[in-house]
Amino acid sequence: MSVVLNVFTIAAVSFGAFFFLAGTVGLLRFPDTLTRLHALTKADNLGLGLIMLGLLPHVAWPFGALKLIAVWVLVLVASASASQLIARKVRDT
Amino acid sequence: MNVELVFSLGLALLILTVAGFVIVTRGSFAAIVGFVAFGLTLSLAWMGLSAPDVALTEAALGGGVTGALLLGACARLRRASDVEETPGLVGRGAALVLCLGVTTGLVGVVLCLPDPAPTLAPVAKQSLASTGLGNAVTATLMVYRALDTMLEKVVLLLALVAVWSLAPDRFWGGRPVFGSRQEKGGPLIFLARVLIPIGVLVGIYLFWVGADAPGGAFAGGAIIGAMGILGFFAGVSAVPAVSAFRLRVALAAGVAFFLAVGLVGLAAGTGFLTYPENFAKPVIVLIEVAMTLSIGVTLALLVVGPPGESSGP
Repeated sequence: MSVVLNVFTIAAVSFGAFFFLAGTVGLLRFPDTLTRLHALTKADNLGLGLIMLGLLPHVAWPFGALKLIAVWVLVLVASASASQLIARKVRDT
Repeated sequence: MNVELVFSLGLALLILTVAGFVIVTRGSFAAIVGFVAFGLTLSLAWMGLSAPDVALTEAALGGGVTGALLLGACARLRRASDVEETPGLVGRGAALVLCLGVTTGLVGVVLCLPDPAPTLAPVAKQSLASTGLGNAVTATLMVYRALDTMLEKVVLLLALVAVWSLAPDRFWGGRPVFGSRQEKGGPLIFLARVLIPIGVLVGIYLFWVGADAPGGAFAGGAIIGAMGILGFFAGVSAVPAVSAFRLRVALAAGVAFFLAVGLVGLAAGTGFLTYPENFAKPVIVLIEVAMTLSIGVTLALLVVGPPGESSGP
């Protein structure tokens, strides 16, 4: 069982790291602010989400796991709002 | 080579790179963003050194509140058109010499440390039981070095007085003007409505677990302060007038309560800032409640700035 969980963790965290890498490459390479924002959301939503998912089997249930999920949800709320603010600023100028 | 060493080396390299970026980058805005990133990488390093208390404080203050303060300063500087952007050659040379002096001094001190480095950690652990606390860092801050902690809060209060003293006479006693005009239902207002209740809860939680686990009044207060900044900036809560009595009480509560406990100890004959034998923990927690409130309010108002026509980014 622990082997299966470890394989799951390694796979999910690697996928998450891949999305962070892709998001960073997008941030550096994309031509304008809106597309760069689009690249960053992939890192926040999928990258962090997959890393959290991968770490879940290794933390204490229920409070450790709930804290991890709360971290992900809070980052989602914050980054989505910040992206909206930046995008509106771009649209209005 | 083991994984931990590779990770540490990579992190050290990253910290140095970000620090270098902050120095060489031209725009002040980019430098501030770099400084915030620097604070966050530094807090990762503190985690690597098994110092989660320092890491929390570094992330909340070095990364968060200081970043907000610098952004505010940057916006004010941009408005003041008569401020010269780059200092002269002499000024830059003096800064260079000063920085090099401090750096070589620090490197020298670190290299001259005896091996193993002198430590009071075992002694601190030994007397932990008599304080009723489980976290040696909180015990150091609140018991062994209580005077330092109290004076720190005095310094924080003095900093706010200094900021307020920048207000022109005709605005004195009024409300600082802070925040951006947001349309109703905008993302910033949504963020403030969703995040503030959670953030305040996290702040209280951090202060509460600080007795036995990483956390404490400063980290908790910084998060509550950040929530205040968010609320003021989004316009969901009004900035209080600097003359408001309740505001003054909230600002002074931490230092006043700390001092009162200290004087009671003096009157009881056990000495200044000593705690009663069997009630050490409840008294410390009460001081921390007052301190968390004061730290939060002070940090938020530091960022909000002096009362006036236009302040804040």
